[in-house]
Amino acid sequence: MTITYREALRQGLYNAFDSDERVFLMGEDVGRYGGTYAASKGMLEKYGPERVRDTPLSELAFVGAGIGAALGGMRPIVEVMTVNFSMLALDQIVNTAAMLRHMSGGQFSVPVVIRTSTGAGRQLAAQHSNTLEAWFAHVPGLKVVAAATIDDAHGMIRAALADSNPVIIFEYPALFEVKGEISRPVVDITSARVLREGHRVTLVTYGACLYKTLQAAEEVDGEVIDLRVLRPLDMEPVLASVRKTRRAVVIDEGWRSGSLAAEVMARIMEQAFYDLDAPLARVCREEVPMPYPKHLEEAALPQPAKIVAAVKGLFA
Amino acid sequence: MSEFTLPSLGADMDEGKLLEWKVKPGDRVQRGQVIAVVDTSKAAVEVEIWQDGVVSELVTQPGETIPVGAVMARLEGTGEPARTDKPPTPPRTAASPAARRRARELAVDIGKVTGTGPHGAVTTEDVESAAARVASPPEKQLVAETVPAAVDRAREMRTAIAAAMSRSKREIPHYYLSQPISMQRASEWLTTENARRPITERLLMAVLQLKAVASALGDFPDLNGFYRDGAHQASKAVHAGVAISLRQGGLVAPAIHDVGERTLDELMQALSDLVRRARAGSLRASEMSDPTITVSNLGEGGVETVFPVIYPPQVAIVGFGTLLPRPWMQSDGGLRAEPTVVASLGADHRVSDGHRGALFLAELSRRLQQPETL
Repeated sequence: MTITYREALRQGLYNAFDSDERVFLMGEDVGRYGGTYAASKGMLEKYGPERVRDTPLSELAFVGAGIGAALGGMRPIVEVMTVNFSMLALDQIVNTAAMLRHMSGGQFSVPVVIRTSTGAGRQLAAQHSNTLEAWFAHVPGLKVVAAATIDDAHGMIRAALADSNPVIIFEYPALFEVKGEISRPVVDITSARVLREGHRVTLVTYGACLYKTLQAAEEVDGEVIDLRVLRPLDMEPVLASVRKTRRAVVIDEGWRSGSLAAEVMARIMEQAFYDLDAPLARVCREEVPMPYPKHLEEAALPQPAKIVAAVKGLFA
Repeated sequence: MSEFTLPSLGADMDEGKLLEWKVKPGDRVQRGQVIAVVDTSKAAVEVEIWQDGVVSELVTQPGETIPVGAVMARLEGTGEPARTDKPPTPPRTAASPAARRRARELAVDIGKVTGTGPHGAVTTEDVESAAARVASPPEKQLVAETVPAAVDRAREMRTAIAAAMSRSKREIPHYYLSQPISMQRASEWLTTENARRPITERLLMAVLQLKAVASALGDFPDLNGFYRDGAHQASKAVHAGVAISLRQGGLVAPAIHDVGERTLDELMQALSDLVRRARAGSLRASEMSDPTITVSNLGEGGVETVFPVIYPPQVAIVGFGTLLPRPWMQSDGGLRAEPTVVASLGADHRVSDGHRGALFLAELSRRLQQPETL
């Protein structure tokens, strides 16, 4: 059955709730409003206010509460409305969730799942258009995943809840109307996947840029790899593909400097240098605060034409 | 200031070893002058320079092996100030890491590979295609008896011929045609002509045949020139490679240039000179690099018909068998013994068809019936 990305997220949440009574959801507007993006629509009615909890507007407080609940044996899903607001909770995420296992000598684990939406492309201007996955992927102790496909929108939540580490799931409002079928009801959060086979170039991406990359790949016989897991990176499919195509372009909606693209490129250089036939290339967000006008926003983001141009630059 | 670089002395020559400089710094050189002797690993070749100037620096030292295109010497044109500063060393070849690794695996010298990647960088594909070219190297048939290590020459020549002929038979779809041609008139004309010449100036039938081939080719550009990069490159001039067998075995096919433009006397002189120098191992670069067609005359061996194999990248080869008296039908219906020769053509079907080849042989026959016009 064909469903939207949004519906896949919703079904995933329902599944998670049905499979484990310790699972509960908390965040801004997740209950009575049904979630900012309607991902938790109907859940308050079905599961009640104990398990679907609206929180005050304090990311620091409710993320911290989620961490505490996880330490106490619960399986909290904390929804941070967007990554732009996650900055207010960074201390809890980085200094607490990510580090408690280490600092307790392994006595405590923090099985909290933080869901947050990310990305640009919806004319929300500079402060609401950030793509900051790389920040979280920088931190040891966190698992960071990016749900770009219907399968992952639906299935990653289950895999994340099954993990005893804090997991951050990035969801992409730009993809909410993408339609597809659930082909794999169960997914892992350990592996990157080849989503399109190709021969001339390896196109590595994640999240919102996936479909633009697939579109570009049609033009350049590209092999498209969805990283899916941003920390810890699964480089094997990337390296195997690079060994085949000998060229790679990384497509990343984040800013170029210090980006995930930079990390992926560095690892390719470390592990597949002698397989390369051209310098690595990347297509990233322009290094400006996101402009509001539509045409400028589009110009600032990776687009299929830019990806194709980058690929062509790898050939004489 | 200009540079003299190692020219390609054969369609696919990759490198050469400098044996000897014929000039020294300060010498004035002229266009066409032989300035160096280079061993192509199969032969010592006198290399000419094609510009005037004064030698300012000999970059390559005798004994050095250098790639085609490498700077061998620097020259100053007249009136230019002497240059004292050293030119910058050439940059490291731009090559991808994968290409370098592949080059090591295939034992390809990456500095000699032409890059097609970004900024002209050598890619894996470039290395592999270069390796493929080396695996089927071009005909390197020249032998020089004067070059040291002549012992290995016979084997090397055999290897070179094997490679060239394998390539020919692998790549070129040959078609073959042959036609007996009466040489009655040509023989009579030659006998008369030679009777009034001193022995040293007498002509050989081979020269008539050579000239007739060149003359006939005028209307058949599809049989003259090269096949390169998937296309025929016709040549206006006819530089006929003459197959010359060598005493120690093997053969060479250096060119006599502009055969169509030269008189029989000039051709006779050129042929004698070429045979002598081929056997002495002092052929010139320009003679080796550009034959546009080959003529193979096996008349001395008594064969009737030559089934010739094209010398790549040429597109045709003409063979002549032994001049023999054969029964020949006369216009009155009677038979008479006439001197005849079987002319044959091996041609590249990618470029021409049998019909064209047949017309060419007919034209060749017609020309040989008018020896006085050759």
